[in-house]
Amino acid sequence: MNEVPRPAALLPWAPERTGETQPAPAAPAPRRGPGFLGSTLLAFRLAWRQLRAEKARLASAIAGVLFACVLVFMQLGFRGALFESATNLIGSMRGDLFLMHPLTLASFRPEPLPRVRAQQALALPEVERAVPVYLAQATWRNPESGTRRTIQLIGVDVAAGVLEFPGLAPLVDQLKRADTVAFDRSSRPEFGPIAAMLAERGAPIEAEIGNRRMDVVGLIEIGPSFGADGNVVLSEVNFRRVAKDRQVAAVDLVAIRLRPGTDIAQAQQRLRAVLPEDVMVLTQAELQAHERRYWEEATPIGFIFAFGSLMGLVVGMVIVYQILFSDIASHLKEYATLKAMGYSGFYLARVVLGAAMILAVAGFIPGLALSWFLYGVVADATFLPLRLDLPLGALVFGMIFTMCALAGLLAVRKLRDANPADMF
Amino acid sequence: MTPVELRGVSYAYGEGELRRPVLRNVDLQVRSGEIVLLTGPSGSGKTTLLTLIGALRAMQEGSARVLGEELRDAPETLRVKLRRRIGFIFQNHNLLGFLTARQNVAMALEQDGAVGERQRLARAGALLGAVGLQGHEDRVPAKLSGGQRQRVSVARALAADPGLILADEPTAALDKASGQEVVQLLRELAKSRGVAILLVTHDPRILDIADRIVAMEDGRIVQADTVPG
Repeated sequence: MNEVPRPAALLPWAPERTGETQPAPAAPAPRRGPGFLGSTLLAFRLAWRQLRAEKARLASAIAGVLFACVLVFMQLGFRGALFESATNLIGSMRGDLFLMHPLTLASFRPEPLPRVRAQQALALPEVERAVPVYLAQATWRNPESGTRRTIQLIGVDVAAGVLEFPGLAPLVDQLKRADTVAFDRSSRPEFGPIAAMLAERGAPIEAEIGNRRMDVVGLIEIGPSFGADGNVVLSEVNFRRVAKDRQVAAVDLVAIRLRPGTDIAQAQQRLRAVLPEDVMVLTQAELQAHERRYWEEATPIGFIFAFGSLMGLVVGMVIVYQILFSDIASHLKEYATLKAMGYSGFYLARVVLGAAMILAVAGFIPGLALSWFLYGVVADATFLPLRLDLPLGALVFGMIFTMCALAGLLAVRKLRDANPADMF
Repeated sequence: MTPVELRGVSYAYGEGELRRPVLRNVDLQVRSGEIVLLTGPSGSGKTTLLTLIGALRAMQEGSARVLGEELRDAPETLRVKLRRRIGFIFQNHNLLGFLTARQNVAMALEQDGAVGERQRLARAGALLGAVGLQGHEDRVPAKLSGGQRQRVSVARALAADPGLILADEPTAALDKASGQEVVQLLRELAKSRGVAILLVTHDPRILDIADRIVAMEDGRIVQADTVPG
């Protein structure tokens, strides 16, 4: 040890104070603290130093958050893909209003409504066009392997301009011919290498739908959904040729185009007033919400994905809580020492919460990267529209942040065990 | 102002039939610049007295004015603030294992908003130099010897320019030379800065630094001798 310092060497920056023979110093004025923001930053820095010091524990905590993050991303991704794919067809229709049977739960399982409702709607002067849409499912035979699979049929007057699927417009004239269909290039590969065959042999190629030979004249793009693995678009007449049990008088949906400048809400009210109760009049947004609601509420699928997300958060919270709790337990003496040094319980709570926040960020970033990679893998395998966009990223970050904050708040209770009086 | 002024302080653990008094009607004063040694057998109430003076527990009976603040019925916030003006030296040093020696000492200054980060670290470095730890500033406690850790602990206790230092067996873990050096450091501090020092110790090697030796037994002060200078 060095020589004991001369008195002047100790605390040279402190104001002059006298020794025992002098009058006692006046009580110093209470010191100004670093302020809420400043002390919070210091608390977070202390949390980071504490986490960094035990690398194995930090790694396992980050792995826990990462796991929760990926689980939530995947579940929400599937859920989003479910809703997006389910509303793909409806979202691609150009209609201001739609007529649908009140008992129809989802577009892939429609209840037919009388075709005459389309004509009745046309009676209103503001209605420019009312186009019936037929929806059904039929068996598609893979032209290469011969295997059969159910495909969604979308029958419509293709020249009416109701459908906006990419690739459809140039095929309109060909689709008016007998026994022709446009095939959805995003359909699952089990339907056969239709796009490759078209590119190789040129259109049309022969296919079998509902035991009827049809010509595939071109490709459109819709995408599979949880209700349909593949789609074809065909004219009304061709639709009835394939779906032989369907009557022309029973349609599944009517897309209504209003004259330019018409108030959609008013037109909706007027249609509701003139049409019987066996038909619902919905805007496109309402129709999409109706479809979404079916998957969300009337099937277990939407619930399963929501539940999966929740489970991921719960597991992640338990992991983070365990890490923080054991961290506090193993540093109780240090926390008690800080209390003895005048650090408040609120400051120490911010240290624990700071650690939780740091874990949230440190686990989220690799979780985001891994999820992005897995989205690509899953989208390639399922052809479902999994999208990792900014709103989803922000949502998951918010959930992970909240998860860690809750774990931190639970762990903070352990700080009560840090008693500064026990330090002596 | 007398840094420590106790009148009729009593304290008991437990309640009802399990109530066990540990302090009984204790009166004590520690003046500025005075070093008071508190001795007595185990269970005599020394540590409880130290924790009450250090505002580490709430008072039960009597009056305790510490650095001008009355601790009887004092809210937790006042006790927390008061603790910032007291330097604590623990027997087991209780350094934060994940911080370097410099960072440990600087922690004592973080509560003072008037001192910036650079100043904090500079002051911490200077203090470590003053206690003989130049060149060891950036080592974590695990890389320091027991004596070095205790000196870091002393530097930390001094950092915030306290008006009172409470020390519990500060030399127990040190060899004779290191113990003497720590004690000399405390003496210099008391004499030059007028800091009141209350020391609990069983170490007979350091009795000579005391201005006064207070002996406790069964929760009472049984003897208070002034050591002739």
